[in-house]
Amino acid sequence: MNWTAVATIYRAEMARFWRTFLQSFISPVLSTSLYFVVFGSAIGSRIQEVDGVEYGAFIVPGLVMLSVITQSISNASFGIFFPKFIGNIYEILSAPINFLEVVAGFVGAAATKSLFIGTVILCTASLFVDLAVQHPLAMVAFLVLTCLSFSLMGFIIGIWARNFEQLQLVPLLVVTPLVFLGGSFYSISMLPPFWQTITHFNPVVYLVSGFRWAFFGQADVPVLLSLCAIGGFTLACMGVIWWIFKTGWRIRA
Amino acid sequence: MAAILSIHELRKTYEGGFQALKGVSLDIEEGEILALLGPNGAGKTTLISTICGITNGTSGSVSVGGFDNVTHFRRARALIGLVPQEITLEPFTGVLDTVTFSRGLFGKPANPALVEEILRKLSLWEKRDSRIMDLSGGMKRRVLIAKALAHEPRILFLDEPTAGVDVELRKDMWEIVQELKADGVTIILTTHYIEEAEAIADRVGVIANGELLLVEEKDQLMARMGQKQLEVQLSAPVSAIPESLAQHSLQLVNDGKALLYSYDTRAERTGITTLLNDVAQAGLVLADVQTRESSLEDIFVGLVSGEKLRTESVSGDAA
Repeated sequence: MNWTAVATIYRAEMARFWRTFLQSFISPVLSTSLYFVVFGSAIGSRIQEVDGVEYGAFIVPGLVMLSVITQSISNASFGIFFPKFIGNIYEILSAPINFLEVVAGFVGAAATKSLFIGTVILCTASLFVDLAVQHPLAMVAFLVLTCLSFSLMGFIIGIWARNFEQLQLVPLLVVTPLVFLGGSFYSISMLPPFWQTITHFNPVVYLVSGFRWAFFGQADVPVLLSLCAIGGFTLACMGVIWWIFKTGWRIRA
Repeated sequence: MAAILSIHELRKTYEGGFQALKGVSLDIEEGEILALLGPNGAGKTTLISTICGITNGTSGSVSVGGFDNVTHFRRARALIGLVPQEITLEPFTGVLDTVTFSRGLFGKPANPALVEEILRKLSLWEKRDSRIMDLSGGMKRRVLIAKALAHEPRILFLDEPTAGVDVELRKDMWEIVQELKADGVTIILTTHYIEEAEAIADRVGVIANGELLLVEEKDQLMARMGQKQLEVQLSAPVSAIPESLAQHSLQLVNDGKALLYSYDTRAERTGITTLLNDVAQAGLVLADVQTRESSLEDIFVGLVSGEKLRTESVSGDAA
């Protein structure tokens, strides 16, 4: 591994993050607060409890997942799309580095950013509700794995996209609906049986469920299944990226 | 001298079926300056991109310093620096940052002293903290060169380094290239300015339609292909070339005020002495005599249009 190159890409990507630090920091704090005002206070006051957990607290894991998933995708896709768009990707393609090193730099930075944002949201949330984390290690593991796997997915989208419109397309049309319908704001057991079955095809359900289990010890699906799902998703993304670099699809064609 | 870059039967066919390279073979010696001349769309940039690993070749091989550019891409690419044709720089980064980034990307440990030296050489040191977006076009080109040099490459590719650059900067670029050559860097530059190849190259390659038409020492090429012309200016115009001068195949130019004589510089006898004697015998009075050497441009235009004729006739036959 060419670690110097990995660190160089990572630092350059993080530099972009620090340049827009205020924006990166304020926007999740603001949107989380808004979610709490709307869902937590306005609606939550009528729902009271879900599975024995106060509704305000119940939505926290879902909220974190929602932001982390969207941020990971947008950070990573933009990170690799931008050099493609400007043209300075030539430098990365002509450098003595392999695909793992490129991915480690770009995806590592994107995942770090969304991890940071996830943490900020958790801290903001704890100002509104009492949060107890029953399985802290599992919580961190789920958070980190989600950041990583969706950054990988974002990386693929960034390479696939030919213009800014396409860059927004997948997050807007696929990811946001999946996340919203993935049990972020409700428990799957609240749905009619038919929709419960359908929901099990939504990969985000496994993430939110596992993550929520780490907080409250309750899950819609078995935790092991959640871990396997996210692990499998990560591997699938790695496989696609390996194929992209092997064939040069949309970057070396 | 040994070949530092060896290209063998390199072909590249794009997805749509367009053949950008049709079996290019070329050896480049260490320390030389090779100019690749060719019209737009000849395959110059594709050739460079394929060597550098930016595009995948369809078939053929490239060896850089003895390392295959696919199987030993790390060793091969480490030797190469690339200055792209387009100004492709992230507008928001600083000069020093982006050059330092390039060095790190190639896996080299940080070396602020070397980066400073490169920036100074390219008159960029004063601008080290400026953002790219605040630089002039010429400065941006220098930044691209600095980035390419940051990892101490042995081979430098300059893809049309002076396209759209003013005369002064072009001269600066040529000086930079000569300095790099003095440092032992092998330089391959593409250009469609004949003047550029003529001014700085050791060897010239002509590429058109994805094929390398020829590669030759610049001086030899000029001598081989170069025809000289002798213009005999007359003190009084004539309406026709005198019978006695018919054997010299002269052209009457300038409204009959001058006779044009073409000759080969490599020939044992140029025929000038006989011609001038015969001119005097014919009773013509000389006002002035001038010789002109054909430039690389003439040679180039001749070659490329010849190639065009050839391909056209081939496709005509096929039809």
